[in-house]
Amino acid sequence: MELLYAITLGVLTSCGIYLLLRARTFTVILGLTLLSHAVNLYLFASGRLVSSAPAIVGLADHSADPVPQALVLTAIVIGFAMTAFVVVLALKAAVELRNDHVDGENPDEDRP
Amino acid sequence: MTHLVILPILIPLLTGASLLLLYATPVGVQRRVSIASTLALTLLGVWAVSTAGSGELTLYHLGDWPAPFGIVLVLDRLSAIMLSLTAGLSLFCVLYASRGIDRQGAHFHALFQFQLAGINGAFLTGDLFNLFVFFEILLIASYALLLHGGGRARSRAGLHYVIINLVSSALFLLALGTLYGVTGTLNMADLALAVAATPAAGQPLLTAASMLLLVVFGIKAAVLPLLFWLPRAYSASSAPVAALFAIMTKVGVYAILRVFLLVFGLGESPANQVAWGWLWPLALLTLGLGGIGALGSASLRTMTAYLVILSVGTLLATISFVSAATLGAALFYLIHSTCMTAVFFLLADLLGQQREQGYDRFSDIAPMGHRWLLGSVFFIAAISMAGLPPFSGFVSKLWILQATSGQPQGFWLWGVLLAAALLILVAVSRAGSGWFWRPGTMAAPRPLDRVCMWLVCLMIGVSAGLSALGEPVINYLELTAEQLLAPQAYIDAVLPESARLAREVAP
Repeated sequence: MELLYAITLGVLTSCGIYLLLRARTFTVILGLTLLSHAVNLYLFASGRLVSSAPAIVGLADHSADPVPQALVLTAIVIGFAMTAFVVVLALKAAVELRNDHVDGENPDEDRP
Repeated sequence: MTHLVILPILIPLLTGASLLLLYATPVGVQRRVSIASTLALTLLGVWAVSTAGSGELTLYHLGDWPAPFGIVLVLDRLSAIMLSLTAGLSLFCVLYASRGIDRQGAHFHALFQFQLAGINGAFLTGDLFNLFVFFEILLIASYALLLHGGGRARSRAGLHYVIINLVSSALFLLALGTLYGVTGTLNMADLALAVAATPAAGQPLLTAASMLLLVVFGIKAAVLPLLFWLPRAYSASSAPVAALFAIMTKVGVYAILRVFLLVFGLGESPANQVAWGWLWPLALLTLGLGGIGALGSASLRTMTAYLVILSVGTLLATISFVSAATLGAALFYLIHSTCMTAVFFLLADLLGQQREQGYDRFSDIAPMGHRWLLGSVFFIAAISMAGLPPFSGFVSKLWILQATSGQPQGFWLWGVLLAAALLILVAVSRAGSGWFWRPGTMAAPRPLDRVCMWLVCLMIGVSAGLSALGEPVINYLELTAEQLLAPQAYIDAVLPESARLAREVAP
């Protein structure tokens, strides 16, 4: 399970970083989303990967660490709000600057 | 347990929320509520400085949960200084904004209060994950404040600022996950003991986490490879917002001090050695770049943004000596530079409004109204900024030079710091002579806003007062530096004895 988890994280992170380095705001936002998924999974794994262990003491022989689950929940909420904000900001910038380039202008297309 | 400690977070949070409800009321009411809240914060800042002055740490356990399990707020000397500095600065900013800039868009005062809640929370918290949450609060408020008033330049700068900070939040979470995975705690005091007790196998992971944290705080503080978002963002925002942002880079510096002196500072070979090794050359390069950028910038606001970078470089270079004398000098410089960069951002707006054309661009030579008055104020502010006597800039620079003179690396800092000071001197004299000597007086000067003028003069007066009445401040800062360099006392105060003993017997 650990190997599969680690490979998933690696793929998510590398795809996220690749998209983050693109020149259009939409792909950058997709990259941020993938990166935040990877980060949430990573936080979740910091409590160790165990199966059939509830996060409540006494229900089973051993219980999972509840703290990373609480951290992930906070991180998801914050990440969701931030993504929503950056989407709106990117739309505003695209309307005001009349293109969706991250620098507000595309040096290849906008120059005559 | 006193409840006053949590008020610097609660007051702006509740004021901000109620200002959202008061949206339909006249702007005068909103201004009064916002100013009243900021005044209350200033009084709390005075209380915090006098309480922390005894050397005792004031704790606040949220929900009365004991320390390593619940979130704890800690008021020590450093937090108290930062709280009162923020409160004083924000009072000037909110008064300046109330002269008209707050009407350029909606919800200025609510956003301003949320920003203060985030900053104060970051200074008070004793829990690393809670620090992340307060960083996010102050960031999302700062995104909206930066865009306040609208315009193409702000949208463009805002996009860069938001994206780079979202990436830094992701890195922060990665570092927290690693730290929690290795040590099983996020309380800073508990974490310090756990980090010191980690076996050699876990050390590389801890070093990686500490370097990730250094990158995150470096983005906040604007250290060399991570600073290119700053000039555009700061020069695009409105004057009072940019003046408030002068404290934002200092939040990054505060986090570096707190985390690397406390969390990674224990043990025989503390984990923070790697971080100091990286910080020293980067800070020196930041300092040099700030000087060159100030000389090469095309407008007063961009120049001030580079002065912010220069101040961060000076601060971090001085801090990375890690001795009581240099830390004290760095904290004095922190207070001085925050005040003076804020003054320059406000002054750029004040001068720009009086110029016939070009606002604050250096390339335009335009007649200026109230040339003598504004020229004198600019002259005095520039003297303080460049570090010439008799203002606080001179005292702080002298103290830094004195504190580092005995060190082998001090030679480098002396060279770069003095060269950068010369560059600032050239930059501000070029700006001043181009604006006040060459063009004539405007035929029909626009009315000068007396309140704004007085606010700027008062802030320069604070800078002068820092040098005239410097002795009590210097004594306080020296004690602060000693407290920072004794992390064991912090841990003893925060953690109950049972938690400390449990940590010592754990493998």
